[in-house]
Amino acid sequence: MIPFQYTRANDVADAIKQIATDPSAKFIAGGTNLIDLIKYDVEAPSRLIDISHLPLRSVEPTSAGGVLIGAMVPNTDLAYHPLIEGRYPLLARAILSGASQQLRNMASTGGNLLQRTRCFYYYDTATPCNKREPGSGCSAIDGVNRINAILGTSEACIATHPSDMCVALAALEATVHVTGPAGARTIAFADFHRLPGNTPQRDTNLEPDEIITAIELPPKGFSENYSYLKIRDRLSYAFALVSVAAALELDGDTIKEARLALGGVAHKPWRSTAAEAALLGQRTDATAFAKAADWLLHGAKGYGHNDFKIGLARRAIIRTLGQAARGKPQSISDKKIR
Amino acid sequence: MASYIGSATSRVDGRAKVTGEAKYAGEFNVPGLVHGYVVESTIPKGRIARIDTSAALEVAGVIDVLTHRNRPQMPDKDDAYKDEVAPEKGSPYRPLYDDRILFTGQPVALVLAEDWEAARVAASMVKVEYQKEPHVTDLHAERSRAFAIDAPEKPRGDAEKAFASAAVRHAAEYFIPTEHHNPMELFASTAIWEDGRLTVYDKTQGVQNVQKYLCSVFKMKPDEVRVMSPYMGGGFGAGLRPQYQVVLAVLGARALKRPVRVMLTRAQMYALGYRPASIERLALGASSGGTLESMQHETIAVTSQFEEFARNDTGWGNLLYKSPNAKFEHKLVKLDLPTSCDMRAPGAATGVYALECAMDELAIALDADPVQLRLQCYSERHQGEDIPYTSKQLRECYQQGAAEFGWDKRNPQPRSMREGSELVGWGMASGVWEALQMPTTVRIVLTANGHAEVATAASDIGTGTYTIMAQVAADMLGLPIDNISVKLGDSTLPQCPLEGGSWIASSVCNAIANTARGVRGDLLKLAIGMKDSPLAGAGVDDVALIDGKIVSRRDATRAVSIASAMQSGNADRITREEVNKVADDKSHARNVHSAIFAEVKVDEQLGVIRVTRVVNAVAAGRILNPKTAHSQVMGGVVWGIGMALHEETLFDHRFGRVMNANIAEYHMPVNADVHDIKVIFVDEPDEIVNPLGIKGLGEIGIVGVAAAIANAVYHATGKRVRDLPITLDKVIQFN
Ligand SMILES: Cc1cc2nc3c(=O)[nH]c(=O)nc-3n(C[C@H](O)[C@H](O)[C@H](O)COP(=O)(O)OP(=O)(O)OC[C@H]3O[C@@H](n4cnc5c(N)ncnc54)[C@H](O)[C@@H]3O)c2cc1C
Ligand code: SF4
Repeated sequence: MIPFQYTRANDVADAIKQIATDPSAKFIAGGTNLIDLIKYDVEAPSRLIDISHLPLRSVEPTSAGGVLIGAMVPNTDLAYHPLIEGRYPLLARAILSGASQQLRNMASTGGNLLQRTRCFYYYDTATPCNKREPGSGCSAIDGVNRINAILGTSEACIATHPSDMCVALAALEATVHVTGPAGARTIAFADFHRLPGNTPQRDTNLEPDEIITAIELPPKGFSENYSYLKIRDRLSYAFALVSVAAALELDGDTIKEARLALGGVAHKPWRSTAAEAALLGQRTDATAFAKAADWLLHGAKGYGHNDFKIGLARRAIIRTLGQAARGKPQSISDKKIR
Repeated sequence: MASYIGSATSRVDGRAKVTGEAKYAGEFNVPGLVHGYVVESTIPKGRIARIDTSAALEVAGVIDVLTHRNRPQMPDKDDAYKDEVAPEKGSPYRPLYDDRILFTGQPVALVLAEDWEAARVAASMVKVEYQKEPHVTDLHAERSRAFAIDAPEKPRGDAEKAFASAAVRHAAEYFIPTEHHNPMELFASTAIWEDGRLTVYDKTQGVQNVQKYLCSVFKMKPDEVRVMSPYMGGGFGAGLRPQYQVVLAVLGARALKRPVRVMLTRAQMYALGYRPASIERLALGASSGGTLESMQHETIAVTSQFEEFARNDTGWGNLLYKSPNAKFEHKLVKLDLPTSCDMRAPGAATGVYALECAMDELAIALDADPVQLRLQCYSERHQGEDIPYTSKQLRECYQQGAAEFGWDKRNPQPRSMREGSELVGWGMASGVWEALQMPTTVRIVLTANGHAEVATAASDIGTGTYTIMAQVAADMLGLPIDNISVKLGDSTLPQCPLEGGSWIASSVCNAIANTARGVRGDLLKLAIGMKDSPLAGAGVDDVALIDGKIVSRRDATRAVSIASAMQSGNADRITREEVNKVADDKSHARNVHSAIFAEVKVDEQLGVIRVTRVVNAVAAGRILNPKTAHSQVMGGVVWGIGMALHEETLFDHRFGRVMNANIAEYHMPVNADVHDIKVIFVDEPDEIVNPLGIKGLGEIGIVGVAAAIANAVYHATGKRVRDLPITLDKVIQFN
């Protein structure tokens, strides 16, 4: 723990102004990730700019027919919001499969996007880690990597992005609204998180002086045929080994549109246009699902402890697509896999 | 008046706990309290080349930084550091003693500051340079260095030969990884000066053990140190030995002449003791009819480089099964880790896991029903000592457990039972533990207003000791339970052993009975002294204390109220202190037993395992309180689920470090993992084990549970996983 200053931002403009004057300052929203990182000596911000009071707490329909979610909306409120439960249940279920009730009460929508990896080495300052200390090496590649990535990895880093919510947002093709010194801009969800490449220290394309103000959902919510399935080492309160967000639009049992995203396997929610295209016009059967799975997992590579994730992901994709097609989405309160 | 013993009495300390009135070791505040924060070694082995504390000392609020260089004097002889339960062989760890690094997480400095935050930030500024030495932390890699220690059980016959010629054989290795206790309450000690003496509030399972240890380490007189531990947020064995933070708190208090608290963080607690990883090799040989001809059990377990910690992993087969030939071996591997220690059912949780999986595999090889095989091999006598049990209702456990579970509907074929996308498996195992008693002194002070204080230096580590003591005292003294107050967790109270080994209930309650008898005798004397006493001529065992009265057992109309007896004798209080009688009787084996039946459902495609039903039928003598007893066993079952499916301390052996030193990544079961748990207490009257027939329940709940689950997973899937925890990737070959 290091001494730091604490200030509150009055509005978005104030927040941007404050962070511009102090490059080693950090925004704090729910604090559920940042405070831990400070305690572990991984982060040492000179100042915490509290943005939790910013008036970014509403969930509202947009004129385009979608929904705009304020960056400060707590994960719990979002999951139980009637607009989300009704029109975007995939998002609601993904959120509820993450963390614990207490954590979801604190965690914000914006913070969820920016949570750091759970790679063990990232949290342990006594070990080398390129994400924490660029150039020091990646301990996970030859180390304890059960929870690490199988897709989109690099020599420099095999970390995953641990969010559940983001997997659903990727599948739903949300847009991230951000504001910086140069004004507001939007980032397509697919472009928000980055692959590690040789700059694993950068998780996203958000600039350090920018703030997330909102997430926008497009009109299409796939509320009929969807499922979020999370496979983990215990049945609740654990990060995903593999998670799958599947959303289908069906005409009878023919697939008109498909969205498929994986969590727990890459540095960002993992999608593939080829996989989704492969489902178009297909019947909702296991053969089609398996083909999509193979496309989505194309190029997957294990690092020892996490080799099993490739086969597990394949089966999880097939199962989740089946749940979506049958209109029997996975529910966290089931205490079992459907 | 109905008896309290045997009734489902709610915890007498429940209210204090849920309201926060109950204070724990890290919650005692005094003016001027100094906060200590530990700086840990980041390497597993070597020497401290240099420590630079200058930056830390500049932090506002920091008073001092203690290291091995500037700490107060400490003794240089090992003996001074040996606590009651220190392993016989070895040299106990001495915090801040010298420049030697023996394990990762070892304290290398203690920052003392006016507040916790200052201490913490300063701790991060202490710069330590190490001279690293090569280290070893991997049991598998080092197993060739294993050396044998005395096994608890002697060999019989020629086990190897009998195995070689047995009609049906099963031999395999099982593995249990390192596990940490992770009690909810963090380890903490608060050392406070009172009139030149030290009072230490410590999280410990034995206040008198810590008190003696501190006197020895700090060369203080017994009346100069008082150790208190009124409540404990879980111990599970982690608090049996004095932990290093108590030494640091006292070092700090001595150095500064101020009160000092040292509280560890969750991560730091992974450098305390742990359940040693163990490789368990079982070889069972049977006749084709299903009787054991040969039983061999070899354990290779982890200890530190500086102490030899070992428990009985291998001997349990001698208690459960007949076999004319048997051999037991216990080996240790020394690693650059802290010394391993007791953790709930030490030795049995691991050893019986392996034994009971091996019995399941043998049953399969014999094409026999697992329960039937156990009944066929059932031992009426302790096989090693050839003595009978004080009582052993294990047969009843099998029968009642099987009936409750519906075992007769089991199709023995693996993968034969399914439900939707899940394979269903039913497995079972036996459990066994000891029924020990230790010498314990209890003091009762009965006051004329009909209240009694019952006191001993035991710790209630969360099991319900306060409650059962109040129940027993209320019955023995003939008073309502609300008139009993129980005092525990103070080293100045009458002598009591550590709270461990499941011996506290039997020891303390029998001591209460003896002391209450003394009180009864004193009261009777007073009653007889009364004019025209209706109890004239009665002896102490001719009367009982019932409903506030001294009553003749032969004629209930002959009675004197306690109040009037005390009044007439001018006694405003009666004080008695007695010890339980621990018979040095080697003529019987003293054990508790259980039979566990588990149902798992395993997703056939994904390998996700759910433990949907567990029945644990326990025979453990007299059950003092079905409510706390039920909780105790249910907690054991939940822990068994964790042992089977979740728990594992993950090491990166390159660095010699624990990688999941937090309770987000060190997995134990959460509610979603726990389904239907049914606990059955099998009636087991026992007049031999001790006068009250109490056997103890602390450990038995976990023993055998992981085996029952592992056996059920095999039955569901046809895949035998011998390495715990059973994760989905071990059940299914995914790629
Ligand atoms: C034990 C544990 C288990 C968990 N399990 C799961 C799980 O299973 N699944 C899952 O998805 N998540 C899980 N989480 C993670 C949790 O969802 C995240 O910690 C949470 O969403 C982060 O939100 P926050 O508001 O608390 O972020 P904070 O901790 O406040 O901030 C995180 C980061 O985002 C930045 N930031 C926050 N808001 C903004 C903004 N509007 N604009 C710009 N920067 C911003 C901060 O500067 C900081 O760097 C778990 C967390 C814990 C501690
Ligand atoms: S995978 Fe990434 S986060 Fe993990 S050790 Fe390697 S560089 Fe660090």
